[in-house]
Amino acid sequence: MTAPAPAPAPAPAQGPGLRASARIVAVADGRGGTALPVLDGGGPFALRRLRSPGVEARVCLVGAMSAPLGGDALALSAEVEDGAVLHFSTTAATIALPGRTGEPATYDVYIRVGDGAVLRWLPEPLISAHGGELRMTTRIELAPTARLVFREEQILGRAGERPGRLTARLTVRRAGRPLYDQELSYGPGVPGWDGGAVLGGHRAAGQLLVVDPAFGAAPVAPRVLGPTAVVAPLAGPAAVVSAVAPDGLQLRTVLETGLLGMDIGR
Amino acid sequence: MAGTTDAAAAAPPGAPAPGPGRGAIAALLVLADGRFPAGGHAHSGGAEAAVKAGRITDGRTLEEFCRGRLHTAGLTAAALAAAAASGLDPLALDEAADARTPATALRATARRLGRQMMRAARAAWPSEELDALAAARPRGAHQPVVLGLAARSAGLAPLDAAYAAVYESVSGPATAVVRLLSLDPFEATVVLARLAPELDAVAERAAGAADRAAAEGPDALPACSAPLLDIAAELHASWPVRLFAS
Repeated sequence: MTAPAPAPAPAPAQGPGLRASARIVAVADGRGGTALPVLDGGGPFALRRLRSPGVEARVCLVGAMSAPLGGDALALSAEVEDGAVLHFSTTAATIALPGRTGEPATYDVYIRVGDGAVLRWLPEPLISAHGGELRMTTRIELAPTARLVFREEQILGRAGERPGRLTARLTVRRAGRPLYDQELSYGPGVPGWDGGAVLGGHRAAGQLLVVDPAFGAAPVAPRVLGPTAVVAPLAGPAAVVSAVAPDGLQLRTVLETGLLGMDIGR
Repeated sequence: MAGTTDAAAAAPPGAPAPGPGRGAIAALLVLADGRFPAGGHAHSGGAEAAVKAGRITDGRTLEEFCRGRLHTAGLTAAALAAAAASGLDPLALDEAADARTPATALRATARRLGRQMMRAARAAWPSEELDALAAARPRGAHQPVVLGLAARSAGLAPLDAAYAAVYESVSGPATAVVRLLSLDPFEATVVLARLAPELDAVAERAAGAADRAAAEGPDALPACSAPLLDIAAELHASWPVRLFAS
């Protein structure tokens, strides 16, 4: 007599969070412009093509609902094929909020930029709200002659609020080699995050990464923008504006200042 | 400490084999000693800039500074060191270290310290692997990579290399702050003693990451970083007069 087969594991009492993804594909249209053969988004992602003159295609992500909540799994990808030019923005800040289950949310971004292609990735900030927990990854693959402007801003807590927990890893590879790899973690349970080595009481942190093969011959010089903001050339043809600030507005101002004088051509 | 097998292999003939779990403890003490002639004493690990900016003012703020450094730059360095000690390609690790060090001043510091560590290590524990890295990076490889390879040449295990790196990530700032703030040396030592359990945890995590990197490549290594350490290092490098080199 064999024992009865064990009953299947019960389904979790709480259903899984939202699973949603969005995908952008930009290609050179052969007439000096950029076409968007794929512009798909579900759930909280609504992608809109904006009017733009010239070669560049502009895409705006319109926040269609509140996300990510704890337990959600979001994914966003942008593929900019050879010779295409894409500008990406969002209408509003992304707010990482607590969910019902206490599970962390995940948000994974994948970006690929081909030869001769240009991507300006300029979303509004990510706000880590009290009680939220978000693990974000951004993986960027650049062809040898790709150009990139990539902005990332993290605001810790809404106005006057304590922050949630946020971990964000940004990995950039160029021509198959590592160019920039950085993981930032802030908030409750992260050891030392508000001490003098990491944020020192600041509530906004950001970086603006610029990659341009032209920097190989004419490297960006290191520059001090203020007591908590600098421009630093990387080991490859790239430079990063790094800053921490008391709030998002001051952060944006100093990142924009850093970009002056090293923006990529059209 | 692990590393019994490696340590036994490196022991001179006739020397007693280390007992189980003991490893080459003495070699680790030599490597991690603040007086090991690798130039570390001239660097504050970002503490000088943090003192000047008012972010370190006493024992409590020193502890939070050291804790933040340990869990970010300390973990990243320890994982690179453990990976080098476990035999991963040091040139690939050097490239991974570049990508994990956005501050220009800190890349320069890491290579200068790596060159000095290389000289001391080749004298203390000569090996073909150290010679090969020195030849490939004559201006210096990143210090954690050299540290890991030095540990390997000394018969130490990846976890031992991680210990040397995590200890250095906090002992440098703690020692420097004694000079910078005239902090009571007892208070600085209390900070280190209180952090000891976290040093253990971070060293274990770094060695675990090095294990994964052996299968998945250097991208699997942590890349934890601290914005103020990076930003302040660039500011510090622009000062005309400073007590410490970094």
